[in-house]
Formats: sequence, C-alpha cells, structure tokens
Amino acid sequence: MSKKQSISPPPEPPRWATCLLEWYCKPSLFEDLQGDLLEYIERNVESKGMVRAKLIYIVDVLKFFRLYTVQKPQTLKRMNQFYIFGNYVKTSVRSMARNRLFTTINVAGLAVSMSVGLLIIAFVSDLFSYDNFHENKDRTYRLIAKDQRSNGSVMELATTSVKAGVNIREEVPEIENLTIMRRGFDRDVQVADKVIQVGGFWADESFMDVFSFKLLKGNPGTALKEVNSLVLTETTARKLFDDTDVVGRIVKLDTASYQVTGVLEDIPKLSHIRFEALASFATVAAEEPDMDGGFYNWENIYMSHTYMTVKEGSDLAAIQEKLDKISETENAALEGKTIDLFLQPIDEIAVGHHYTNETGSTMNIIALWILIGLGAVVIISACFNYTNLSIARALRRSKEVGIRKVVGASKGQVVAQFLTESVLISLLALVISFGIFLVLKRQFLSLHSFLSNLVSLDLSFNVVLAFAAFAIVTGIVAGLLPAIFFAKIRSLAVLKGASAILSSKRLGLRRGLIVVQYVFSLIFITTTLIGYVQYKGMLSYDLGFSTSNIVNIRLQNNKPEIVEARMAALPEVEQISKSAMVTSLGSTWGTQAKYQEDSGFVWQNGINEQYLPLHRHTLLAGRNFEAKAQSAAETEVIVNEKLLARFNIAQDNVAEAVGEVLTIEGKRLTIIGVVKDFHYETLEDPIEPTVLRYESQPGGYLNVKVNTTDLSATIASLELAWDEIDPVHPMDAKFYDEQIEQAYSQFSVMLKVIGFLAFLAVCIASMGLFGMVVFATETRLKEISIRKVLGAGEGSLIYLLGRGFLWLLGIATAIALPVTYLFFDQVVLAQFAFHAPIGFTELFGGVAVVLVIAFLMIVSQTMKAAGTNPAQILRNE
Amino acid sequence: MKGTNLGEFEELVLLTIAALMEEAYSVAVCDELTKHTGREVKLGVVHAVLNRLEEKGYVKSGLGEATNVRGGRRKRFYTITSGGKATLLKAREQRDQLWSMIPDVVFKGI
Repeated sequence: MSKKQSISPPPEPPRWATCLLEWYCKPSLFEDLQGDLLEYIERNVESKGMVRAKLIYIVDVLKFFRLYTVQKPQTLKRMNQFYIFGNYVKTSVRSMARNRLFTTINVAGLAVSMSVGLLIIAFVSDLFSYDNFHENKDRTYRLIAKDQRSNGSVMELATTSVKAGVNIREEVPEIENLTIMRRGFDRDVQVADKVIQVGGFWADESFMDVFSFKLLKGNPGTALKEVNSLVLTETTARKLFDDTDVVGRIVKLDTASYQVTGVLEDIPKLSHIRFEALASFATVAAEEPDMDGGFYNWENIYMSHTYMTVKEGSDLAAIQEKLDKISETENAALEGKTIDLFLQPIDEIAVGHHYTNETGSTMNIIALWILIGLGAVVIISACFNYTNLSIARALRRSKEVGIRKVVGASKGQVVAQFLTESVLISLLALVISFGIFLVLKRQFLSLHSFLSNLVSLDLSFNVVLAFAAFAIVTGIVAGLLPAIFFAKIRSLAVLKGASAILSSKRLGLRRGLIVVQYVFSLIFITTTLIGYVQYKGMLSYDLGFSTSNIVNIRLQNNKPEIVEARMAALPEVEQISKSAMVTSLGSTWGTQAKYQEDSGFVWQNGINEQYLPLHRHTLLAGRNFEAKAQSAAETEVIVNEKLLARFNIAQDNVAEAVGEVLTIEGKRLTIIGVVKDFHYETLEDPIEPTVLRYESQPGGYLNVKVNTTDLSATIASLELAWDEIDPVHPMDAKFYDEQIEQAYSQFSVMLKVIGFLAFLAVCIASMGLFGMVVFATETRLKEISIRKVLGAGEGSLIYLLGRGFLWLLGIATAIALPVTYLFFDQVVLAQFAFHAPIGFTELFGGVAVVLVIAFLMIVSQTMKAAGTNPAQILRNE
Repeated sequence: MKGTNLGEFEELVLLTIAALMEEAYSVAVCDELTKHTGREVKLGVVHAVLNRLEEKGYVKSGLGEATNVRGGRRKRFYTITSGGKATLLKAREQRDQLWSMIPDVVFKGI
C-alpha cells in the first residue's frame, strides 16, 4: 500500500493525529476516512484559516474513535502470527533435520557451553540468596572496624570492640536492635559420659531480635539472658541428647554447668553466620572481664561481631555521623592509631570485600566476575559457531528467504523466523546442557571444600526460570547476526541466481569469528599448561628444607610429651620433633627483634632440638639447640641469612654472627647458629628475616618422620594411638607434602576450572572449524573436480583448500601466544617472589595440539573432497 | 441486528445516496443533507450511519480512483442495494397508507 504524495498544495495535518488515526482505525476504513478528513481540512483552510482547520482535524480524529472504526484488539492478527510462527517452527525443524551435521555441531557446542552458564547462574543465584531468610534483611547491618596506624597500615575487620556495640546501643536512637556476638566459643560439651566438641558464639539476648533464626523450643526473649545459658541447634541437640525437647537440661562445659534454654532450627546453608550452639554473652562478660587486653577496651576489636537492625526509614548518613562521633571521642585516648566504625549491609557480606575475622566464607566479587567472564567467552564461542555456520549456509537458505520476501514477508518477519530457529536450537541445547549441569554441579562442588561450604547449587523455581531465559537470550545472541544478514537479502538478486556471491559475502566476519574463537581457545589451553607446570613447580620447589615423609600432628591442647611418647612407640615412626607452627603453608607468626640500636620485624617459630635435623635444614654456621628443661630460661636463638643481612651482622663471614645478641620480647638471646634461607611463607612472598627459638615443649605440632611408603596405613596407625590419648577430638594430622599442596589449592582449583573451560573452548572451536571446512569443501566440489580433470594433484588440492584456514590459525596463534606469555610474565607470575621460568614446552605444547587437531580435520575433509571421482560430480552439468 | 427498521436519519441518508447515484460518498452525502435539511450534519454521524446501513445490507461500497484532491486518498462510494430500495419503498408505502387514513379535516386551515 503505497501512499501517494498529494499534488495540490497540501495543508499538512498534524502528523501525530494521522498516526493516531492509523493506529486505532481498521485498515479497511482508514483510507477513505482519512481522505474525508483531508477534504475537510482543505475546505476549512480556505474558510476558517490554517489553525482552526488543523484543530478541527484533530477533534475529528478523536471523534472518530468509535466502536465500529476501532480495530479489534489484534486477536485476528495474533492468530495470524501464531500460524506464521507455526510455520517458522516447521521450516526450522525441517532445515535442522536436513543439515544433521550443522545441527549436531550447534546443539552440542551450545549444550556444553550452556551447562557452564547454568552452573554460573546457579552459583550466582546462591550467592545472592545469602541471608535472605532474615525478615529484616534490608535494614540489618554489620559493624565494621577500620584500624589505621600512623605508619600507614590499615586493617579492616568484621569484628569490633564490645565497647563500640554498647556505646552505639546507648547513643544512636535510630538503632532498633543491636546484638554483640563474641567469637571463639569452641568447647567440649559433656552430657553424662558423652563428650562432643561444639562451636559457636557467645551472643546476647538481642540476637533473636536482630536475626530470624527460628527458635523451636524455649523463649526467644530470655533464652540468652541469664548467665550459663546455652542454645543448641536441632542437630547438636540430637547429637547430645538424641532428642530435641531438651530445654532445662544441664550440660557441662569444662567445669561449668550450663542450662539448655532453647533449641534452634538448623541454620540454613545460605547463612554467613553458622554455629552449632550459642552461649549467653552474660556468661563470658561475667566470668572473664579482663581477658585479652580488657573485655570492654575500645582497642580490643578482635573478638566481637556486632550486628544491628535500624529503624525503618532511618537516615544512614545520620547514623554514620553518630558513629564517627563515638569513634572520635574514644580515639582521643589512643596514640598512633585510630579506630573508625562503619555499617555494612548484611546482603553485601557473602559477595564482597573479605574482612579480617570474617565469620563465614565470602566470594570475592572480582573472582566472581572473572568466572562469569570466562564462562561468557565459552558461550559466545559456541554462539559464533552458530553464526558462522548459518551464514555459511546462506547459499542454501537464501532462496527460501527470497521467496518468503516475494510473497510478502517483511524484514522483521525474516528476522523473527531465523531467531525462532536459533532459539529452538538453544532450547534443545538447554535440555542437554541441563543433564550436563547436574554432573558438572557435583564436580564443581567437590573441587574445593570452600565451594561446597559456600553454596549448594540447589534448583529453585527462579533458577529454572533463569535457565530458560538464559537459553532464549543465548539463542537470540547466536541467531541475531544471521537473522539480520538474511533479512537484508535482496530477493530479486537471489532468485536470479546471484546467491553464489552471497556465500562469499561476510567472509571477513566469518574469518574474524574463527580467529577470535581460536585466540580464546589457545589462550585458555596455554594458560592451563603454563599454570599446571608452574603449579607443579611450586609443589616441588626446594623450600630449603625437606618435607618428605613428615606427618604434622596438631596437638589440640594435649600435652606434647605424652603424645610424643605414645607416637614414638610406633614401629613406623623414625624420629619426632616439635614446633609451634608449620612453616611454608602461608600462616605466619611475627615479632619484633632488636640488634644493638636497630629493631625490625621478623618471622619466628618455636622448635625443639630435633626440629632442624629432622627437616634437614642446612646449618651454615654454629650449632643446633641442645635439649633443655622446660623451666630453663630462653637464652639462645638460631637465625637465617636474611636476618643477618637485615641487621648487618657479619656480612662477610656468617660464622662471625655466632655469639651476637638479639633482643626479642625483652629477652637477650644469643645467636648460636645460622641456617640457610628457607621459605617460611609461601612462594608468593619473598624470604624475610626469620628467627628460630627454642622451646622444649612447643604446644603446636608434632612433626613425625615415618619410614614407610604406605601412607594411609601410617595415618591409620597414628590415629589409633591418638585415640588412646584423646578420644574426644579426632586426630588432625597430614603429610607435610599434602599440606603444601593444600596451601596452593586455590591454584589447583583455578587450574581445574580454566582447564575445563579450555577443553570446552577447544572442542567448540574445533567443531566450528570442522563445520566450516566441510562447508567450504562441499561448495567447492565442482571447482575441485574441474581442477582434477585439468590435472591437479591431491597435494596441491589440499594446499588450495586448507591454506585459508591455516592462515587463520596462524593469525590466532600470533595473537594468543604473546598475549598469554605477557599475561603470565607481567601479571600472574609477578605475584610470586619465586617461580620457575616459563618453558618452551608449555608455551607451545597446547598450541601444537590444537593446531594438529585443526590440521587433521582440514586435511581429512579436503582429502575426502580431493579423492572424489570428478566424473561423478561433473556428470550433472 | 436490531430489526430492519430505518431510523429517520438513516432514511434521509439512504434517500440521499439514492439521489446522488454514482457520486454518493461520505462528504457529498453530508453536504447534500446539510443543503436540504438546513441543519448542520456532522461527518462523524454520517459516517457512522453509512457504516450501519452497509451492515444492514441496504448499501454497498467500493473505493473509487485516487485523485489529486484529498491528499491522493480514494473515496468510498456508496450505492443503494435492492434491499435498500425495497426498504425505502416499504417505508414510503407505510407513510402513504397512514397519510391516506388522515381525514382532510385535520389539515384544514393550514
């Protein structure tokens, strides 16, 4: 329906009024009705002037809005669209069935990549559902303490002082409820002759008001009020009493008697506060008013969490002002440091900044984004396959599109048709990917205890809805470019037979997409390989001492000499030493050391006389400790080379250092030996000055050197011995090498994740390339046949067909390798003070494998094409 | 459809269409009615009536040729159908019958 331009000087009616008329009016009535109105406006312009004529036009347009002129609300049209949609589905299914290879490649690629997407959706959904069960979640806040020292160091803690909580409660009227929870309630609870270790908090009576944990038994108002009250979770109650109706029962914690005053429903998984029991805060406040540097001291910000709900409609800025005022008053008494208070919304705890003394696991937001980004790369790669193959098939589909357009399809309808097709494919892929997701989920959770502790990845209605939405969006992303491409086809040119030109169109785009896919695949796989080699390097790095066959047993407050005596009796045990801590695992213990007038920070460890020989530390000068009684005063110390360098002691000859005196914690300690530098921290950090101090019975760990190769049997027999000494606490013992592996477990998790994604990316890119090669050889079959007839050999044909793809792979390699190398050299490995250089093998190994796969695909397909009998193909001409 | 009775205005419009023959389209009908009845006839009303008459089957319509006027929009011409003619005749007959029943005395002196 073409609108002709009016020829007589046209009085222009207001455009919007015409649009309105066109919108509401039945199409059958529109033309003559508008004609009538135009006739009137022409007439009125002469008699009444332009302005009034236009006004009348507008009024008339509005007046014609009547039952008989108005279109029925689209029902008929919609039915029509429904039929057309049915037709889209039908043609889509047919075309999918006709091109099994392409459909398989697309569905398989999308399915595997989408399963990663589903995993990420479930993961993110879990993270953002954290603490949702609290009724007042939107007005619940945690108090954060920021400890700033005058030397510039800043520490942000999830804990604050008790005093801060008490002051806020008194001085900030906007606070509705405030609860103080003290950390470190970790006791052996005894009922009759049953002893169970229980962990939790000391919490005050407002706890139940601030949070929405459900109290099954007991009075929420008073449960945590009295001294020596204990609230158990259902599970803990069952463990202790085999029953949940236990309010009023008495249990023993160490020597004190506690009364059970409440039973809580078990803590939901998605709660950042988790505990097995709560004891009343009044107990700890009454019993130990002067523990760890003053119970109510403003500076004692390490033990208490403070949570509060603010009154509805409160102004946070006003509250912050009052917090600042409280800190200011209290900080006046401090020297060289300030402590400031902030509120953190409870929904920013699970995903957000990780504060010191965090209660539960938190997910770093940047790590989350990286995960999402990596997943997106894989999914987009699969979408590229779809885009590429669809456009490549333009030759076959363009006639269909041409005819559709001739019959009257609009651009929008062609776009809709191709989007329908891509969404259908992605929905099909969703079904498969859901199956993969279920498998993947278990693997993902078992990657690391951190993950299984953080999330459960359970399905909810919303998550499933998000899955479906995700599939549709993926389908649209994959199908958009082909859809637009087809919509732009000029039907006349296509039907005339110019479609051959079409297939070469957009070649640049397709090549670009393949290169991008391969760049990502190569980056992924090279990253995995380099990462793996580096990770292995870290595990076997020479730490400066030996860790082989050493089992570290945490003493857990048992007397070291008793455990040692029992373990020494075992036949597997060769030698035993004792230490306050285990080094090279990332945990540290520091102190100040002073040499003459110079004082500085040093790492330390307390060891007994067997420690150095057992760990085969190398003594560069002096001697080892000698056994001393526990009561003897500490007079000696062994240091490392870095300490000598730090304090400028005996630079030229280490032997001269022996006999020098360090002052540590007020004690004068003579250096009796110098050990070779060893890795006290992990390889991420440089070696720092370190002192080894003598303790005859350090209460931390027993280092047991065993002489067997049967590791699990050794642990089992150690466990048997342990249980004789301490039946309550399970033994906590691990091989040193295992512990080191654990210290770097974050890298192993990252490697597994990236490795898996690399595998997917390579598979998807390879499938895509395969599809393209198949397509390219099919369309050039005639050319190949003619070349063969004219005498071309197979080798030259393979070269002819494959060289384009080889070029693309070459470009991808040229981009990916330097990027990965620089990324590792400048970013990743720069984080590590010690690492092996990036080797030639791992840099090119992955590339070689991927290229060989691609090369094999290209060669096999082109060989197939080159091997066809030209007579067969050309006979049809 | 509520009966086949003609309203007063409907009858006038139908008569006008019949009178205008081939030239009966909405604006012309409107003008003609204004001229003969002396009252202001709104296009909207005529349009609605034309639509209703067509629904009742008394007229049929078709689009004419595009011309230079009306911004090139075609006119919708109405022609009376045989059903329309029969209805008009019937209406006239009813009136004539009623007229004939009126004794002359009634109108005497006017």
